[in-house]
Formats: sequence, structure tokens, C-alpha cells
Amino acid sequence: MATRTFKVWRGDKDSGEFKEYTVEVQPGMVVLDGIHRIQAEHSSDLAVRWNCKAGKCGSCSMEINGKPRLGCMTRLNTFAPGETITVQPLKTFPLIKDLVTDVSWNFEQNKRIPPLKPRARDADGNYRMMQEDVDRVQEFRKCIECFLCQDVCHVLRDHKKHDHFVGPRFMIRLAQLEMHPLDTADRVPQMRKEFGSGWCNITRCCTEVCPEHIQITDNGIIPMKERVVDRYYDPIAWFMKKVFGGSKA
Amino acid sequence: MNSSAATSSVGGHVSGFAATRRSDGWWHGWALTAGGLILFFGYLTVRAMTGQYYWADPYISPVASPPLFTPVSGPGVVPLHHAWFGAFPKFWPRFLPQSPAFFIPGLAIAFRATCYYYRKAYYRAFAASPPACAVGGAPLKYRGETALLLFQNLHRYVLYGALFLLVFLWYDAFAAFFRHGKFGIGVGTLVLIINATLLSGYTFGCHSWRHLIGGKLNCFSCDGASKTRYKIWKKSTWLNERHMLFAWLSLFWVAFTDFYVMMVSRGAITDLHTW
Repeated sequence: MATRTFKVWRGDKDSGEFKEYTVEVQPGMVVLDGIHRIQAEHSSDLAVRWNCKAGKCGSCSMEINGKPRLGCMTRLNTFAPGETITVQPLKTFPLIKDLVTDVSWNFEQNKRIPPLKPRARDADGNYRMMQEDVDRVQEFRKCIECFLCQDVCHVLRDHKKHDHFVGPRFMIRLAQLEMHPLDTADRVPQMRKEFGSGWCNITRCCTEVCPEHIQITDNGIIPMKERVVDRYYDPIAWFMKKVFGGSKA
Repeated sequence: MNSSAATSSVGGHVSGFAATRRSDGWWHGWALTAGGLILFFGYLTVRAMTGQYYWADPYISPVASPPLFTPVSGPGVVPLHHAWFGAFPKFWPRFLPQSPAFFIPGLAIAFRATCYYYRKAYYRAFAASPPACAVGGAPLKYRGETALLLFQNLHRYVLYGALFLLVFLWYDAFAAFFRHGKFGIGVGTLVLIINATLLSGYTFGCHSWRHLIGGKLNCFSCDGASKTRYKIWKKSTWLNERHMLFAWLSLFWVAFTDFYVMMVSRGAITDLHTW
């Protein structure tokens, strides 16, 4: 029977260390399976957050061989036979225990974003939208809030600019609302000042790690940066708006 | 852990320049990008400084097109009648080579320098901000694009310039079918057409173009103009999804086109043609 060695971070917010475990593995196993086997056979107090095991709940976010990934979607044969698999908690958020971090900062950011403010209903009391108007928004709705994008974003991860930038997950939340065909709220001033669109230098790591393959940078962040340019950094657009007027199209 | 200066923290994460626990070859992409940018932009900069061998009738190098001024004489210089304002003015500083590349073609450099794709490429390759995902960046104060780099927001203005330039590159490509007024075709004609095609693919996949042409709308179905803009936006989106590919292909081909015209102009190779 084949075996695989895992090097897992064990500890809490004050201290800890890597511990090695060797477990039996079968074809088709994912990293989360390995963690569960460690729990079952070696260390029942190993803390890990998980739920669906299908890449849809976003719970089992961790760093596997240095890259933010979902434990349940990372097959062991991604790595060379015999390669030790290093498993760590997310770096960007405070550690609670072992592989579990406190991601509540993200929920606080979500609360700061003004919610959908729909226009008046049609005369028959319905809202009508065409599919082409909501295609862009639906891409962002695929987000499972695993926060891997937040973890890998160097503005948060390395520079700790949590007070300046809401992170890629909430930039696409903003895009989702701003592009919504029914919405009438204006979040562009907040996007620039409070949510910090200018702090992103579009190095696209968020897009690289997204398990839902959302084009976070190209379809979310850059279009929002362009809307900020429309409002604040484009004298021609400013002039046209002054002359011809403008509203949320 | 890659960096000897790295420090470990709670969670076992490492910090410091190039520090990471990634076990894949993350630096391959970094090295390829840095090498490619140095090679192609280096070549084009050197060629822009030479001021020679930009012309091999009926071909003009994209490095020199469209020429506002041209030297009166010299090997492979653009003919005087082809330059918008003729010869370089007398007050042109002697220490500067008389190169048509210093004027309108410079827009192409500005367009690429502020391009959202190239920003990623050079922030990673040269500013190490960060060099790769989940790899420690350079120990510099980080302000993102909020301070000095606010000028990146002018990308749409250089886009307008790039669109202007593109018209002339297509003109050059069609003009390459005519030599002394006679219709024909040469390998150089094909090279110039491919150049204009790839640059069009790159320009019309630009994020700013995609935004201005339709992305800024929230309703694509509201009126006739919105529906038309939506159709163009969808085509731009197809190109935008391949923006990196077109960025590299067009960069390579601009350099190759210039190289081809230079070699024909020097007589180092013979252009096969029907004239």
C-alpha cells in the first residue's frame, strides 16, 4: 500500500510547529482526505474546517505546498510521488488553531458595502432583466467565499493593508452590485476612497487561485478601476458629463 | 523556503524577499517574463536609437511609422517625401540621433507601459511586487496605484493614441502592395499585414477599450445603441480573454517586422516578391 508524508502546522495564535505524519493513500484521494486520515489514525485533535468536500462550500481553504488551495479539490497526484505535502493555515487571517483561521474580517467588509438598491418596479409590478444584462453579474455569483483570493492578495497578505483595501472578493462583490441592471446606488466614490481600488496593482494572483475560475481581475477589478477613472481621472468624461449630463446607465 | 533571509511566523509562513513554501517552479514564469521584456523592449529601444534602416521600398518599419521627420540622408532612411514634415529641423540637438521613432511610435511604448497586462508583467518581473503568487515581495513601501502610479489611469488616453497609430500601420500594410505605383506582393507585405493584424488584436482587446465601448453600461438591452455596443463588447471580450497572448505575439512581431525591414534594407536578405 502506498504512503504519503504530510507536514502539517500544529499550534495556536501564540506558537506552534510543523509535525510530520505518514498515512496510507489510495488513488483519487485529495489533501483533505489525508488530513482526515491523520485525524483518524494519529491526532484526533487536529483542527480543520471543512464541510461539503465538493469544492462548493469554501470551508477547507488552506495553503498546500505554499499555495492557497481548497483541501478537497487538491488531489494528491498533483504532487510528485514521494513529495512531502506541506499543509498550513491561511496566512492573511489570524490563526485560531492548526489549520483554522478567523476569517470574520471578511464578513465585516461585506457589511460596509451598500446593498442592492433596485429601481421602481415595472407597471405590472415585476422586475424585468434580459439575460445579457445579468451574465456578468452571474459570474460573480459563483463565488463560494473560500477567501483564497483574499489570502493570496499581497496587499493584504504581505503589506497588511486591511484598513485600506477590501480585497478581491469584495471588489467583485462591488462589481456585482455596480453592474446590476436594476441597481441605482452609486458606490464609485466609496470604491475609490474607502474600499481602496487603487491599492490593487492587478498582479492577478486572486484570479490564479480562484477555485471557481472567476475572472476576478479582468471582469471585476479592472472594470471597477475603469469606473473610478471615468469619475475622477478622465477630464474628457468629466467634461462630457457636465455638458450632456449623466446617470447610471 | 527559498530565501535565506526569510523568517518564519505563526502558521509556519515565511516572510522576506522571495520567501515562499511553494515547491513548484514559480520562478520559471518570472524569469521568462523578465527575459522576454528585456529582450524585446531592449531590441526596440536600440533600433529606435539608431535612426537607420527603417525603409526598404515599399516597406517601412513599424519602429519609424508614421514618420514626422526623417534624416536627409543615411542608410535605409525613410524618404523625405514620406515624412509628414520633411527633414529634421536644424535645431534638432546633435547629441540625439535623428530617429523618426522618437515621435508618434512612442505612443506604442506608452500604450504598452500602461497596459493592464504589462503592468502585471513588470510589477512582478521588475518590481517584485510580488514576484509570483504567495512569494515574498521586495522590501519596499507599498502604495499600490494610489500615489506616483496614479498616472496609470491615463491608459485610455494612450489607447486613443494607439488607435490613431493603428490606422497608419494598416495604411503601411496596404501601401506595401504597391511599388513604384505597380501592384504586387512580397514577403514583406505579408509581414506588415500580420503586424497590423496582431496589433489590432492587442488594441481591441484592451481593458480600457472594452470598458469604453460597452463595459461601462449596466444595461445592454435598453436601446439600440446599447445593443450595438454590447455586440462590440462581446467581440472585445473574446480578444480581452487572449490579451496576454496578443500582447506577446504583437510585441514579437513588431520586433520581427523591424528586423525583416532592416535586413532587406541592408541587403542582407532578398525579399521575394512579384514586382
